[in-house]
Amino acid sequence: MQAGKPILYSYFRSSCSWRVRIALALKGIDYETVPINLIKDGGQQLAIIEYLEETRPTPRLLPQDPKKRASVRMISDLIAGGIQPLQNLSVLKQVEEKFQLTWAQNAIISGFNALEQILQSTAGTYCVGDEVTMADLCLVPQVANAERFKVDCTPYPTISSINKRLLVLEAFQVTHPCRQPDTPTELRA
Amino acid sequence: MQAGKPILYSYFRSSCSWRVRIALALKGIDYETVPINLIKDGGQQFSKDFQALNPMKQVPALKIDGITIHQSNLSVLKQVEEKFQLTWAQNAIISGFNALEQILQSTAGTYCVGDEVTMADLCLVPQVANAERFKVDCTPYPTISSINKRLLVLEAFQVTHPCRQPDTPTELRA
Repeated sequence: MQAGKPILYSYFRSSCSWRVRIALALKGIDYETVPINLIKDGGQQLAIIEYLEETRPTPRLLPQDPKKRASVRMISDLIAGGIQPLQNLSVLKQVEEKFQLTWAQNAIISGFNALEQILQSTAGTYCVGDEVTMADLCLVPQVANAERFKVDCTPYPTISSINKRLLVLEAFQVTHPCRQPDTPTELRA
Repeated sequence: MQAGKPILYSYFRSSCSWRVRIALALKGIDYETVPINLIKDGGQQFSKDFQALNPMKQVPALKIDGITIHQSNLSVLKQVEEKFQLTWAQNAIISGFNALEQILQSTAGTYCVGDEVTMADLCLVPQVANAERFKVDCTPYPTISSINKRLLVLEAFQVTHPCRQPDTPTELRA
């Protein structure tokens, strides 16, 4: 293992950055933040999270049972690969301004419709069973995005209740966009 | 393990379906294909039967060991005005390939990562096929191109090619 703390290049508001911060917090990994003001798409951070899982296995973010693991990956992929990239800023910029909100809302709504259905069969206390997993790391930032884009979450009671339970956990609080080194004063908690 | 072959819901041309086909072929897993045409009948992935199987209404979906697993497949292009679709697709591929070519400088051996075929290679080949389909010039991507070439001669990448699927239209068959 290399000496020196891991360095996280992070943007306070990016849901992708937030997912990785949560993973680091859950694993008790101390790190340095280098704030960047670039918004990247959802692809790379699942690779980061899986690397953390394989090299620092406790606490687990993926269940031991392969089928439950598949459910976690499927949900994570749905959010990180199926919803977030459609509503991230670099895609939105390419959409005419007056259509941007609707575009983002549609991406989130169609994703949440599917997710709510999937969670019916996988959820316990959290997305998959009763332990926090990678799926939960993806859920909370995505619900924050939904709120930001004014998506009505009443049709998604499972998503909403899981989100509420996760938000009281320390790892999700200390990593919140409102408490980052680069959070602007007006948005600080 | 459940008796009976795994069932893959696949569209011959979908790069996401192709990736899964390659994985199944590399692992020597025999499976049944149920073709889902993403365009016919307004898109067969929207039929009630398929929706019950995959709420995201996307291919591929794999029924295996008593569970159904599906993967994301972004369907953005339809939402873009037709005259912009080609440019949109090309831009997405070009910016992605710019990044990928750079990453491969440090990871590649014979294949994307070292000298063994990995999941990254399963993703690469269908994506290069998409690049060709959208007329993206791949000259700026010599690493991507050479890895792709090496992979295409492997059996798993050949037998799973879109031109050889049960649902490949006659005019596109190899």
